Order: sequence, then C-alpha cells, then structure tokens
Amino acid sequence: MTTTAIPPTPARIRAVPPVLRRPGLPGTLRSELTKIVSVRSTYWTLLAFVAASIAWAVLYCGGTVSHGIGPSFNATEASLTGQVALGELIIVVLGALVITSEYSTGMIRTSLAVMPRRGVLYSAKAIVFATVTLTISLVTSFVDFFVGQAILSGKHYNTTLGAPGVLRSIFLSAAIVMVFGLLAYGAGAIIRHTAGAITAILGVIFLIPLLAQALPNAWFADLQRWLPGGGALEPITRSAPPIDAHLFTAWGEFAVFSGYAAVLLAIGAWLFIRRDA
Amino acid sequence: MIEARGLSKRYGDKLAVNDLSFTVRPGRVTGFLGPNGAGKTTTMRMILGLDRPSAGSVTVNRKPFGELYSAMREVGALLDAKAVHGGRSAYNHLLCLAQTNDIPRSRVDEVIGIVGLEDVAGKRSKGFSLGMSQRLGIAAALLGDPDVLMFDEPVNGLDPEGIRWIRLLMRSLAAEGRTVFVSSHLMSEMENTADHLIVIGRGKLIADCPMAEFTAGGAAQAAVVKTPDAELLAAAVAAAGGTLEREMDGSFTVHGISAERTGALALANGILLHYLAPARVSLEEAFMELTADSVEYQAKTGAQK
Repeated sequence: MTTTAIPPTPARIRAVPPVLRRPGLPGTLRSELTKIVSVRSTYWTLLAFVAASIAWAVLYCGGTVSHGIGPSFNATEASLTGQVALGELIIVVLGALVITSEYSTGMIRTSLAVMPRRGVLYSAKAIVFATVTLTISLVTSFVDFFVGQAILSGKHYNTTLGAPGVLRSIFLSAAIVMVFGLLAYGAGAIIRHTAGAITAILGVIFLIPLLAQALPNAWFADLQRWLPGGGALEPITRSAPPIDAHLFTAWGEFAVFSGYAAVLLAIGAWLFIRRDA
Repeated sequence: MIEARGLSKRYGDKLAVNDLSFTVRPGRVTGFLGPNGAGKTTTMRMILGLDRPSAGSVTVNRKPFGELYSAMREVGALLDAKAVHGGRSAYNHLLCLAQTNDIPRSRVDEVIGIVGLEDVAGKRSKGFSLGMSQRLGIAAALLGDPDVLMFDEPVNGLDPEGIRWIRLLMRSLAAEGRTVFVSSHLMSEMENTADHLIVIGRGKLIADCPMAEFTAGGAAQAAVVKTPDAELLAAAVAAAGGTLEREMDGSFTVHGISAERTGALALANGILLHYLAPARVSLEEAFMELTADSVEYQAKTGAQK
C-alpha cells in the first residue's frame, strides 16, 4: 500500500447548493410525504377504509332503525363501530405496507444510502403515516357520525355532537385506527415482509380474543380489557360508559392499545437501527 | 476517497469479505473486480453503511458513511437498478430522494436531463427496461453532485450503446476529479474504463495496482516463440519450471518464464528460434489466472488447464 499524500479534491462548480444545517427530520418528512402520496396502494387502501367505514355505519344504523333498539343501544357507537372494527383492519394493511414495501422492492437500500441516519428515517416514516391516517380517519369519523345519526333520526334514536362523550368517541375512534396502523408499522419493521406483518397483526386481533374465550369465564372477564379485537374496543366508540364493568373506560382502553403500539414501535426501531438492511 | 482497513464480513460460518484493506482515490476510475460471489457487493454495502462490518472499518472522505454531513452531497451509489418502488414515477422517485438531503427540485429536472429520461419521467418505473432503470439509478446517484460515486455492475444487461454511454460518463466523472468506484465480474468491461484495479477473490484482496501494471504483470511471465525444435524447447522450459503450449497458428506460448529467460534457455541449449516476443496477456487472461484459485463456484468439468 503506497502512502502518498491524498491530493486535495479539485474545486468544482457545485451543481447543488450546500446545506447550512445537517439534513435530517424536516427533509425526510417531506420525502416520506412524497413517497406515501406517489403510490397508488395508498389511495386504494384509504379509499377502501373510508368506504368500508361509512358503508358499515349505513348498514348498522339502517338495521337498527328497522329492528328497533335494545337496552344497551348507544347512537354514537352504532355509527362508529364499523370504522373501528372493520376500517382498522384496512389501515393495518397500509401501516405494514409503508415499511415492508421498502423491503419487498429493495427501495430500503436506496433510502438508507441517501439518509443513513436510520432513526430519522424510521421516525419520519411513522410520523407521516400517522398524520395521513389520522387526518383521513378523523374526517371519516365525523362523516360516519353524521350519516349514522341522519339515518337514526328516522326513529329519533339519534344523538348530537354536543351530547356528553360524543366528541370523545369521534376523536378516539379516529385515533385508535391510527394506533392499530402504527402497531402494524412496528410489526412491519420487525418482520420486514408484507404478508407476514399483516398476518401477524390480524392473527393477534382475531385469534387471541378467540383463544382467550376458552379460559374460565371469570378469567376471561378480567383479561378481555387487555386484548385487542374483541369487546375491549367497545368503550372507545361508545359515548356512554361501558356496559361491561370489567372493561376500562374509553381513555383507559385507548391507553392500553397505545401502549402495545409503543412497544412494537420501539422494538421495530431498535431492529431497524441495528440490523443489516 | 474510500478507505477500507481490515474490512471483514461474516455470514454465519462463511467469511464473505476477509480482511480487505484498500484505498480508492479521486480523479480516476477504480475497477473493483472479482468473480461472482467474491464479496464485491458486500464490500459496497458496508461502504454505504447498509451492512455492519464484522471486523475492520471503512470510511468515505475519512468518515464512516453514517456520520457524513450530507450523504448525497458526498456519495452517490447505484447498487441495484431494480431496487426502486415500481409503482412510483421516475420523477417522484428522484424527488423523494432529493428531499431527504434538502436538494432543490430543479436538480431533479437536471439529472433527468443528464441521463436522458425526460420522456418517461412521469411514468411508473415498473415498466422500465433494464437500461432505463440503470439510467434512473445513475440519475439518483448524481442528484447530490457527489465527490464519490459507486456503481455495482453498472453495465450488466445493457446494450452496446448503453455500455458506451456509462463508460464515457464514468470517465468524465473521474476527469472532474471525483472518486469513481465500479465493480464488475468481467475483466473486459474494465479494459477501456478503469485506470486502477482492485481485484478480490473469495473475499480476499488479490491485486491492487494500476491497470498497466496489472497487464504487464502477466506478460513478464510469458513469451511467444516460433521454433522448429519444439520438443527440445519443451524439455528445456520444463527443466526451468515453465510450460510450453502449442497455439493454433503453429507458434508456442511459454508460460511461467519471461521472454528474456526463454531466449537464454534456447541459446544455452542450442535451440533455433524463428521468433521470440513477450506475450501480451489480455486483461481477461491475467484476471482468470489470478482468480483461478478463488472462483467460488467452479465448473467441475471446466476447461481448466
């Protein structure tokens, strides 16, 4: 190996202006926004989410109007339950895709070669996905509510925005959708495979509550408030307190699932930063 | 400038890159040669911080890749032309990359012009031919107008026109004083492009020398002769540790012994020579000779001498 002095790089006219601050989160957020709005799968999944949520609200409230109501009826819940029970599953797909599509296409290698600060890239992706999802789901929540109430008003079952707990339900029903999306994002970062990540999250949502029902009734009653999928999401869509006294309140259940999402996001971040890409 | 020191990468019990040390300098095209599976891509991935070295280190402009101030302004790389989201248009692909490093939109249009993709910039890259994908990958590498450029097998699957274009581009980038590091498994691709060669086999460094030295190194140990006394010469050459090989045109190639030495042998043994010259070993042959022991997947029934 020769030890000749390194010649200074000859001065070139730079085609790109220099930066005063080290490129980081602001630019990467813009980049991730460009990424998410420039592929069709985003529009398809968001459209499916909006359509499924509203369709469920129409069907559920329509059914209620024709069949009458029981003692546990809650007008807010009737209009929002579709978005949480069904819409959430669709957002899970988008949350996983946002990160796993980088691996399936190989784009991740290009992304990291231009932004080697992995924590910045991981956070920017999550923030952009969460913001886009929350915006859409919040609008959808309101549409669900107004469409549902319009139908329910046929038999005067409806409630109003000003009634106690209604705004909370609308907001939390939108936010919980984002939380499940972030859960899938974390799983996507861990598993790095679209089908694998989606299967894992849907498996957790569907299978665990089902298996838990095999437990003795008293145990299940105590456990249910911690499990995704089943009855634990009910307090979130409901403007009144939960019927099942074993469940946490709306904010309590929201905190439980946000906690799960935070754990998966943290594990995903740790692996994303550490692992070979 | 790229500097590797004792760079190693282990996958399970397989050592993909084994204690590599080399320096890639600015102002010239450095060819990175080795048979398939020699560890070229793994080395490039470690340079870009995609893979963590098992041992040793590698720096770009004296810093680990992850600590560069603005990665795109310092290094542009094309590892795999198909490593893009096919559902995104070429323009949006380049835009999302530029935005990470606060590079203005105007530069995106500029590089699209440089690689000649203006007509398809708005189209999804899914439908691109390999040649168009390579151009898109090169556009991405040029976005930050970087000092260091790295291309992994850039001419793979390209037509002659595309190969010529990339070759000229690399030469002009080096002429501007940039560091250009290009990998290939085919020696012939380097013949008219590289100024300097780094050759590896089975993850180990085999040669690190200027192109001229690499070809001359082979020639020093071979000669072409014409003689009516082939058997006598064969015996003399064998006694001196070389081999004699008959060529199609009736001449002979002496392997393992220089032309000067062959002349001396002939004189000492009273053998008549009609012609004697140092053999001009082609790059391909010199490369094959050097890497013969280090080919990862060798054909069992190959025509190896």
